[in-house]
Amino acid sequence: MRRLLPAAVLVLLSAGAAAAPPGAEACSGCHPATRAEGAPPPLAGQPADDIAAAMQDFRTGQRPATVMDRIAKGFTDEEIRAIAVWVARAQ
Amino acid sequence: MPSRRAVLALLGAVAIPLPAFAQAKPRVVVVGGGFGGATCARALHRAGIAVTLVEPNPAYTACPFSNAVVAGLRELDGQVFGYDGLKREDVIVVQDRAVGVETGAVVLAGGGRLPFDRLVLAPGIDVVFGALPGYDEPVAERMPHAWKAGPQTVLLRDKLRAMPDGGMVVMSVPANPYRCPPGPYERASLIAHYLKTHKPRCKLLVLDAKDSFSKQKLFQQAWAELYPGLLEWVPLSAGGKVTGVEGDALVTDFQRVTADVANVIPPQRAGAIAAAAGAADRSGWCPIDPVTFESRQRPGVHVIGDAAIAGAMPKSAFAANGQAKVCAAAVVALLRGAAPDPPKLINTCYSLVAPDYGISIAGVYRAAEGRLVDVEGAGGTSPPDAARSVRAQEAAYAEAWFRTITGAVFG
Repeated sequence: MRRLLPAAVLVLLSAGAAAAPPGAEACSGCHPATRAEGAPPPLAGQPADDIAAAMQDFRTGQRPATVMDRIAKGFTDEEIRAIAVWVARAQ
Repeated sequence: MPSRRAVLALLGAVAIPLPAFAQAKPRVVVVGGGFGGATCARALHRAGIAVTLVEPNPAYTACPFSNAVVAGLRELDGQVFGYDGLKREDVIVVQDRAVGVETGAVVLAGGGRLPFDRLVLAPGIDVVFGALPGYDEPVAERMPHAWKAGPQTVLLRDKLRAMPDGGMVVMSVPANPYRCPPGPYERASLIAHYLKTHKPRCKLLVLDAKDSFSKQKLFQQAWAELYPGLLEWVPLSAGGKVTGVEGDALVTDFQRVTADVANVIPPQRAGAIAAAAGAADRSGWCPIDPVTFESRQRPGVHVIGDAAIAGAMPKSAFAANGQAKVCAAAVVALLRGAAPDPPKLINTCYSLVAPDYGISIAGVYRAAEGRLVDVEGAGGTSPPDAARSVRAQEAAYAEAWFRTITGAVFG
């Protein structure tokens, strides 16, 4: 049984932020919204190119890491690009 | 004084018919205000859904880092998070216990009903008293489980503090699945740290119903380095499985161990509302669709966090937080009549083996063949041969993670 919603509600629902690409919303589990003592850097506001490049370097092991190497290996080039663009803009 | 919205929510809860305009937004009820539920409620609210969060407690007491409270390294106050942050954003928080799920409505212990278009259950775990013969609620006052943070955490800490030097501490660790797979071993480590620091003639015996566990190599390496002769782990194959509790003793097939302080981590299942809603299977946990987290047993009802059978994903706060965001996006899509996107999920879990010695495990997950599976080639644990500076860095990241995630969920 699927309950369908009136058109006005659909407009309301779609007015929210652009849907996050797969995996992107997990970043805020560790990366704070603003700079914080001891924490990894905030992502919002950084250039998407820099975030994507960092992810690529974590994945290849070129950039030293504690957990980001293990996480970056789970994403393709396309996924990394989409995540970088989204988190760079996210609030 | 309750806000106008909270009053409206309560009026709604006593089933006064809502005027037509109040139906303009789709309604989602979220049951459980932990890392999963509070995150999901907030994400749904921000997406334009009329959300009601139902939680019996006025504040949440977080389990991550509660082992540091047991070991006297932190105060319990630092584990407690209220719902003011959610209320400030106008998320409706109803302080009541959900006791049943009818068609399209949650039934509250207070007698109210909360109508919903979709329901999200994030009830966490219940300890199954009686599953270990002799271990019931009164016994848990003598032998704390401390597997739900709060008074039990303080009880275990105080028993350790009151124990004379030279005493015997015994932990019982259950078979899988249970909340926080590396949690018992972090606890053993930090209790050992406490004993080494304050009561060095004590011993800690860890009786385990398993032969292997999360981050095992790293834990054992650290135990050999930091707590030799103090901490002894007894696996299943060496007779480690506790089969019952008698008086002050933990009983296995091979011995009866009298404990000065016993910590029994008992078998667990999904929080009671999951079974009441018909979402839990015979295992006591909830089978779900890996894309939407919708119950396999009860359409329209989603289950996230520790209560869900999430395939390769562990029962952790990080996992619950990530699942909550994926579930919220899926619920919004379903209410819109759209197909939810297949998700990618991440887990990162830190454990402390000493205050300045942290280790981690990470995983990346995708939906495949009806379940959440590991993305191959990704994830894994901290390296076994890392320098102490790396361990110190991970301990610092662990603390930063806790501040970040609790700030994002409750702040």
